[in-house]
Amino acid sequence: MSNTHADIIVDTTPEAKTAFFAELQTYVGLEIGAPTPAPDEINAPMIRHLVEAVGDKNPVYTNTELAKQSIHGGIVAPPTMLQAWVMNGIDGPARTGDGPYEQMNQLLFSRGFASVVGTNSEQTYVRYLRPGDQLTMRTVIDSISDEKTTGLGTGHFVSTRQDYYDAKNELVGSMLFRIFRFQPKAKAPATKPKVLRPRPATTHDNQWYFDGLNDGILYSQACAECAEVRFPTGPMCPTCHSLNWDKVEMPLSGTIHSFVIAHYPQVPSFEYPLPVLLVDIDPSLSHTDKPGNNKVRMIMNSADTDLDTLVVGARVRIEIRATDPDMKLPFAILDPTSNTGAAS
Amino acid sequence: MTTLPATREFKNVNVGDELTAIDLPITRTLIVSTAIATRDYQVVHHDPSIAAERGSQDIIMNILTSNAFVGRFVTDWTGPNSFIRSVKVRLGAPNYPGDTMVITGSVTAKDEATKAITVAVKGSNSMGDHMNATVEVVLP
Repeated sequence: MSNTHADIIVDTTPEAKTAFFAELQTYVGLEIGAPTPAPDEINAPMIRHLVEAVGDKNPVYTNTELAKQSIHGGIVAPPTMLQAWVMNGIDGPARTGDGPYEQMNQLLFSRGFASVVGTNSEQTYVRYLRPGDQLTMRTVIDSISDEKTTGLGTGHFVSTRQDYYDAKNELVGSMLFRIFRFQPKAKAPATKPKVLRPRPATTHDNQWYFDGLNDGILYSQACAECAEVRFPTGPMCPTCHSLNWDKVEMPLSGTIHSFVIAHYPQVPSFEYPLPVLLVDIDPSLSHTDKPGNNKVRMIMNSADTDLDTLVVGARVRIEIRATDPDMKLPFAILDPTSNTGAAS
Repeated sequence: MTTLPATREFKNVNVGDELTAIDLPITRTLIVSTAIATRDYQVVHHDPSIAAERGSQDIIMNILTSNAFVGRFVTDWTGPNSFIRSVKVRLGAPNYPGDTMVITGSVTAKDEATKAITVAVKGSNSMGDHMNATVEVVLP
């Protein structure tokens, strides 16, 4: 397929279309170029190369003895090889002339039908070809359809017919080849479904934390024995090894401990540049009796924050926001006007 | 092989008969060797980088080879004493390297006067139908 040429201005009135179609039809029946002789006579080596490549084991194509016993009376070429005999080869002349075919293509091109795709190949065989046969091909423009719209776009089907003659000028086969010359339909703007953030890897030991977020509460965990507040959540107190614990509701404020701004690699569900913060959450008001053990640090993204204002030590407030219909996560929001004394 | 393999006789073929399917792995070797054997040197049949520049995801099998496989598929089943009268192919999704084309077919009609059967052939790959073909073949 070639490129489209959207800059072509086309008169699309019914009168213009009718005139265009009438002009197209004047090409039907015209012969394309001079008769093309096949560069080689039909020969066994070229037959063998092709049937080897396609794995065709029919002995009438390669086995002289068995071919003699067959209805063909000797080696024949696969009938479907018809077109191969007249192919141009590696240095073959590209059609660059200004014959009827080129003029017809130019006419179609002028109406914006600049792309092309082959749609049909219809071969009929009068007889099988034998080594020694010398082929000549003549091509005519067989038909041009009126304007059609397919899944590819709008355009015209153009059929050419190649007639193949032997040295006695007798018809041995024909091929009708149909192409669709078209203007591709405008691509609909990509409507990729928004990719959701990855789900947290939840377990028995942390599901309740995410459930809390979905209820709008930022929880941490406190040991039921020694009252140490800890995060991330886990089954056992790292200090006294108790397995008993309580939920602790944390204040929605804290201080930036550290941060990075991720640029690469980019994961589809996130927007970049992506700030990733470690936030020291302010102490839980219910556990102020153990201030030394009330240090909870959480990782989160920031939101509504000018990334240039991010600085270690800055105060942030935390909002629990829905990232999609099924998930809420904490986000740090930095208000620079309340951070005039931030440590560097 | 010293004797010609058997050919199915017209009287023994029935409408609805299924031909033997071919699972054809589309390799680069297949695409390139068949393109060259059909003297088709268009770059989309052998040069992946130029094929990509022209908007194709990779090289593609050429149409002459689709025709050749239709012929092989039919005479693999009918046998050597058959005469293919016509092969009509409607083209669809391209055959890219790494895909597999499954060729299936069945007898759809019999013409008593000419002893010709009509075979409907389909070549499908992972993208859909590569080709739908109709073949008329004369049997003994």
